[in-house]
Amino acid sequence: MTADPKGVLTGIHFLDGDHAACEGALAAGCRFVAGYPITPSTEVVERFAQRIPLVGGLFIQMEDELAASIAILGGAWGGKKVMTVTSGPGLSLMMEHLGLAYITETPCVFIDVQRGGPSTGLPTLPAQADMMQVKWGSHGDYEIIALSPNSPQECFDLTIRAFNLTEQWRVPVFLMMDEVVGHMTERVVIPEASAIEITERRWTAKAPGTYRPYDVGADRVPEMTKAGDGHRIHVTGLTHDERGWPCMTPKQQDKLIRRLSGKIRDNADALTDIREEGCEDADVVVVSYGITSRVASAAVLRARAAGLKVGHARLVVTWPFPAARIAALASKCKAMVVPELNLGQMVHEVRLAVNGRIPVLLVDHAGGTVHDPQVILDRIQEAAR
Amino acid sequence: MSEAIQDDQDLSGMPMMDNPVMPYLRQERIPHIWCPGCGIGTTVNCFTRAIEEAASDLDKLAIVSGIGCTGRVAGYLNLDSFHTTHGRAIPFATGLKLSNPELSVVVYSGDGDLFAIGGNHFMHAARRNMDLLVVCVNNFTYGMTGGQVAPTTPIGATQTTMPYGNFENPASLPFLADAAGATFVARWTVYHVRQLTRCFKEALGKKGFRFIEILAPCPTLFLRRNRLGDGVDMVRTYKEKSVLRNGADTKEVGLGLTGEIVVGTFVDRERPTWLESMNDHFGKVFGDRYSRYGG
Amino acid sequence: MTRTEIRIGGLGGQGVILSGIILGKAASIYDGLNATLIQAFGPEARGSACSAQVTIADDPVDYPYVLNPDILVVMSPDAYTQFAPSLKPGGMLLYEEELVHIKELPEGVRAYGIGATRIAEELGRRLVLNIVMVGFFVGVTGIVSVGAAEKALLSSVPKGTESLNLNAFRRGFEHGRSLVGAA
Ligand SMILES: Cc1ncc(C[n+]2csc(CCOP(=O)(O)OP(=O)(O)O)c2C)c(N)n1
Ligand code: SF4
Repeated sequence: MTADPKGVLTGIHFLDGDHAACEGALAAGCRFVAGYPITPSTEVVERFAQRIPLVGGLFIQMEDELAASIAILGGAWGGKKVMTVTSGPGLSLMMEHLGLAYITETPCVFIDVQRGGPSTGLPTLPAQADMMQVKWGSHGDYEIIALSPNSPQECFDLTIRAFNLTEQWRVPVFLMMDEVVGHMTERVVIPEASAIEITERRWTAKAPGTYRPYDVGADRVPEMTKAGDGHRIHVTGLTHDERGWPCMTPKQQDKLIRRLSGKIRDNADALTDIREEGCEDADVVVVSYGITSRVASAAVLRARAAGLKVGHARLVVTWPFPAARIAALASKCKAMVVPELNLGQMVHEVRLAVNGRIPVLLVDHAGGTVHDPQVILDRIQEAAR
Repeated sequence: MSEAIQDDQDLSGMPMMDNPVMPYLRQERIPHIWCPGCGIGTTVNCFTRAIEEAASDLDKLAIVSGIGCTGRVAGYLNLDSFHTTHGRAIPFATGLKLSNPELSVVVYSGDGDLFAIGGNHFMHAARRNMDLLVVCVNNFTYGMTGGQVAPTTPIGATQTTMPYGNFENPASLPFLADAAGATFVARWTVYHVRQLTRCFKEALGKKGFRFIEILAPCPTLFLRRNRLGDGVDMVRTYKEKSVLRNGADTKEVGLGLTGEIVVGTFVDRERPTWLESMNDHFGKVFGDRYSRYGG
Repeated sequence: MTRTEIRIGGLGGQGVILSGIILGKAASIYDGLNATLIQAFGPEARGSACSAQVTIADDPVDYPYVLNPDILVVMSPDAYTQFAPSLKPGGMLLYEEELVHIKELPEGVRAYGIGATRIAEELGRRLVLNIVMVGFFVGVTGIVSVGAAEKALLSSVPKGTESLNLNAFRRGFEHGRSLVGAA
């Protein structure tokens, strides 16, 4: 299926990442957003509130992020494609509903425009320090898909992909932006609606009485319905059976939790999206994501100019972590360098994948700005020795 | 009683298989979890009778609960039903209603759920006049977690986290609902099954943010601990202490551990709902370019 | 690979960000180049100070910030004091000559001034000072083409103000051209 032209602002624009992400959501068919203002993500919902009346859909500013993050789940079960947007403290408040979205397999997109933390931290300045929180911050075992754009164009493109993935897998999908990507303005090309592929919800064709909300086939993803279609579904955050009814036994827990995580973990390879460049014969591979990948590119260019054999692997999909591909890269190079705007988060995943075979050097940063490319270059040189 | 409450609980006093409300329940899910003498089941009986009498289109009626003993109501009704998180039934219901406006959405939950952890959502949904019917089963305690102090616990009542008796001022729910802008506010007790059924029916036929408080006994945790007898004793107390005062000033309907229980419909007014306001407003701003959302 | 880093500094309300948007749009939408605009948020943007960073390059821009601009455009004395020391050796300073008084310049820096406020006032709207500066920038540097800049300008200003803005742009542009001795 292709996009509904009503939501698609075809043309060449000069937009910041927040605005571009909003256009991505509209193009993807998102027609219900609930949010709560927080810097540096607010522009996303401001633009949505401005655009949606004539596109045909709805925005509501809720009383807090707890409300926003569950209102969208109600919105999804009412039949719409939904999204909420936040940063820092708001993300912390949304954690409980991330879990509810996951266990109820409610398609939904969360945009997190990362800022410096903890707590109120640096409201107007960047960080990449929520990478672990989105994966581990809600209680219990769960999986997500997370995408890390590094430009306004990617904020547009990857928001569409986020909507498609959440419909395909029925798992919460995060767009992990940061303050720099959110506020930087660049050219954004929005294609014709007919050139934008859209994944529709997996609506059930089964008749009431025969449909069970959590029956699955080979891909372990159930078909969906919405309230009002006569199926009289029950949706609960309790551990449930195929009918959706509470069933709180260790056996059912095992069955449900393994199915939910399996549908993502076992497809991690299919979900992997790494932009590799010069990795084939590299001595050192820089592994980066989000805004830091652009700074790393500058460092990689300088390293090559200095005669070093350096490759660059940029993770577009950060969760599920592409462990297999990182392990494969590690088998060909001598060291890896991981720059990130935190004191070490995704580097742990890289190290797990590398499993001690080669050194993995972190280039950390407490946030507030991006790295100085020279600092990354120094680490590359150290790794090359 | 804890959240580990089992599904094979005693059934006495609860809807039986030959009960006329059975078609409205998920029969395979009975027995339910509620204790003998618990008032929640009675409120569900009244609710199902009301939807039967109102001949509601059951496919378009959705129910949303939070977490708690009352929060389990959604799971037993044979409707599109959502059992959400503690305190957040109202914002979930808000999303559901706004996403699919043809639904009639009922929120059914406990006093702790709706007024402690969820109090902020209650206030704002009422302020916005979100088109929801909110039903609160007020048992003056946190049932599901074992009888802790609730925002409704009367002064003097003993609770596990108020072991020497409650000294905190309780909230008067109708007063809060009225002040926040609800269009319909009523209170009944589980003694008043006919009145409550009628009240449900009436409220289902109205629009806007409607609120019904139902006083119900929690014999296991509230009554026993405060030596107030069992469920039957409490229903007798409701009968003796209740005074009907339709249109009462909600400032004057507060509850104590003993003393009179004012019941009736306190507020019944009309205000445009959130969705009506939005549609009317955008119609004015955008003129012909705007198509009304939700028809 | 050419890469030009530009910093525009001034006061809130002077249209500093809009100047950056016009230059960025001109380069990236109409001239087929790449441009990244960063607006200063945070402590740097406190009070009434305001600044924009624009990087224009043939290739996609990697590192997005402008730390040591090749070109500094200043419309207020504070912006001059704050940013002049960061200018690259051999860089270029464009300044509003009635508001900013140049003391000593860093080594090798070429400076060009324009009475943009006076020109804007002559055109009847002091507000178009920033557009005069944009025209001046294009006239002196030629980094974006006149055609692209004019298109970017017209797509960025409110309806009904097009000809006023275009005049402001052209006045700035002509002055710039005359200073660098272009025909
Ligand atoms: C975030 C969160 N905090 C605490 C709980 C534990 N909890 C479950 S139900 C409940 C209180 C229920 O009381 P009430 O809403 O009055 O309902 P009742 O059980 O009395 O019907 C609490 C505190 C929870 N589930 N979630
Ligand atoms: S604990 Fe109280 S409220 Fe909960 S089921 Fe038992 S009697 Fe009812």
